[in-house]
Amino acid sequence: MTPAFKSVTFKLILGTAWLFLLVWPMTGIKPEGLEFAQAAQIVGAALVAAMAIVLASKLGRKVDLGVGRAVVKAASRLSALPGALWKTAGMAALLAFPVLSPRYGQDVAINVLVYVTLGLGLNIVVGLAGLLDLGYIAFYGVGAYTYALLSVHFQMSFWLALPLCAAFAAMAGCFIGYPTLRMRGDYLAIVTLGFGEILRLVLNNWMKLTGGPNGILGIKPPALYLPAPENGWGMSRFLLKSPISQYYLILAIALFTVIAVRRLTDSRIGRAWEAIREDETAAALMGVNTFALKLLAYAMGAVFGGVAGAFFAAKMRFVSPGSFTFIESAMVLSMVVLGGMGSIPGIVLGALTLIALPEAFREFEHYRMLVFGAAMVFMMLFRPAGLLPAKRVGRRSEEAHS
Amino acid sequence: MDFFLQQLINAITLGGFYALIALGYTMVYGIIQLINFAHGEFFAAGGYLGVVLLAWMNAHGYMETHPWLCLALAFVLAMSYCALLAMGVEKIAYKPLRRASKLSVLLSALGMSIFLQNGLMLTQGVYDKSYPGVYAKDALTLGGFNFTYLQLIAVGTSALLMVGLNRLVYKTRLGKAMRATSQDRVMATLVGISPNRIISVTFAIGAALAGASGILVGLYYGSVRYDMGFVPGIKAFAAAVLGGIGSVTGAMLGGLIIGITEIFTAAYISSDYKDVFSFVILIAVLYFMPTGLLGENINDTRV
Repeated sequence: MTPAFKSVTFKLILGTAWLFLLVWPMTGIKPEGLEFAQAAQIVGAALVAAMAIVLASKLGRKVDLGVGRAVVKAASRLSALPGALWKTAGMAALLAFPVLSPRYGQDVAINVLVYVTLGLGLNIVVGLAGLLDLGYIAFYGVGAYTYALLSVHFQMSFWLALPLCAAFAAMAGCFIGYPTLRMRGDYLAIVTLGFGEILRLVLNNWMKLTGGPNGILGIKPPALYLPAPENGWGMSRFLLKSPISQYYLILAIALFTVIAVRRLTDSRIGRAWEAIREDETAAALMGVNTFALKLLAYAMGAVFGGVAGAFFAAKMRFVSPGSFTFIESAMVLSMVVLGGMGSIPGIVLGALTLIALPEAFREFEHYRMLVFGAAMVFMMLFRPAGLLPAKRVGRRSEEAHS
Repeated sequence: MDFFLQQLINAITLGGFYALIALGYTMVYGIIQLINFAHGEFFAAGGYLGVVLLAWMNAHGYMETHPWLCLALAFVLAMSYCALLAMGVEKIAYKPLRRASKLSVLLSALGMSIFLQNGLMLTQGVYDKSYPGVYAKDALTLGGFNFTYLQLIAVGTSALLMVGLNRLVYKTRLGKAMRATSQDRVMATLVGISPNRIISVTFAIGAALAGASGILVGLYYGSVRYDMGFVPGIKAFAAAVLGGIGSVTGAMLGGLIIGITEIFTAAYISSDYKDVFSFVILIAVLYFMPTGLLGENINDTRV
């Protein structure tokens, strides 16, 4: 009975009692009478899990299996290989994926790539410029509705509409960004959240333009014109309707985003954004035009959101306000933070995790979102800086203590 | 004119609900600079525990004999339940992240919110649950206006709780410790205040107020739903920011303003756009007063 053991036991007992008090009223008090079995089951399961975690962490500390060291060694050996080899192998895997995967895998992959694009766009605002944006999905909505309206009313082709979607989203970004430039920190969060909600409500209620909650139907998929040698100089029209062709389209968009964001990060503008993130006052003092650059961050972030939105509308061939709720913004933000703010591989991993996790939990059925929420908390507890944190993030002195 | 005054009564009732929720946001923000996304779920949990307790008491016939005692008991128990829940959530999801960046805590809060909402759905079902409607029967006519008893209960309880909170924060030792911790945690520790205890208590008080608001909303509208915490949560957060986040009086004022805007937009303009107007007012106020109505100038913290 060491004191450490005593304190752990005490904590477990207190936690069990506490959990029982929380679970029992919700499961056990029924108009027919009181019931204890279900609450006891849940609390018992939680207690077993907690004991297993405590035991595992104690054992892990005592017995060093050397797994960690072996992994590090293998990783360092692998990373010694030339970068071009990695890139070629990765590209080949990405290109071959839809051919080898079943339909279900293709759909999940398309979803992941859409969120990679969104995550990287939001990364410009949150990760680089350090402006907390809780309404990012509004730009996704602007892009989707722009293409939907252009396609349905003017029969405009996807490729012509794409730059327009990006432009409208950028304008929306400036429109939302402008009034928020004077605000800092969390005031920004609620204002962007408010703008996101305003957009959704307007889409939901402006029946004449957007069809309200019913959405817009009959959006055209993107088309490619390929030379058809058999009828002379004619061209054959190929609609990108199958999941495979959509996969390649969104892969191209996502790769373009990755390259663009990477170049932006390394550019003067990217450095200026990072300076604003680290200390706005100091950045302004060093001659960074904080006003223009913050606005630019909103606009650039919005562009990628708009492009992803246009793709989404073309893929679903249907848009409705239900796709642009706050929870979507929260999901994209979670990808950025979970992956590691400002780090491109991190965000790709974050998107993969957050889309793939609920898919993997499908067997839990009703418990899927419950497990998802708990997993989010645990991932933050174990890796607060994200899965693959960016290297170039400073720490302010006033955050270090307290 | 009568219509106007009647709407004003409705608006004050609704504003009281928002204010009670907003207080929790503002107190937690004031002390650890966290937007507690799980706060809306405390509100929902309070509403559900209220319906669970009242339905049980109703089935056993206590409601007929002692209706007011039952209601008071439901309030006390639901508020303590929410306080316990909030302290547990704080201990598990926020305390280990005290030193991490603000965004990681925000995400942890978001995960907790999803977890609690789904937990509520799994234990209580996806359908609306109705409150036993014994308090809704009568209306009081006073100088040509109709107050339902429910409105009186709602406004009275909200006012009572808010006055109580104000006294607690500004007149007691605990309140002094809370204010000290929110001003400077390190200095507060130096004068013998335990910040962890104070943070825990702050969460408990905020959640208890949200839980009370949950019961009031359940009684007033007649039913609760597992996802009821989400929209009022966002609006109450807007109210807290509108009043100046971190300021207790500001949260009350902000809640009232959001409630008034919502009811009057619905009454005079269009009920479809009532939420749009609340957010437009919020953005307009923040544009001209970037720290809210009663907020102090926060130093430039980054996300």
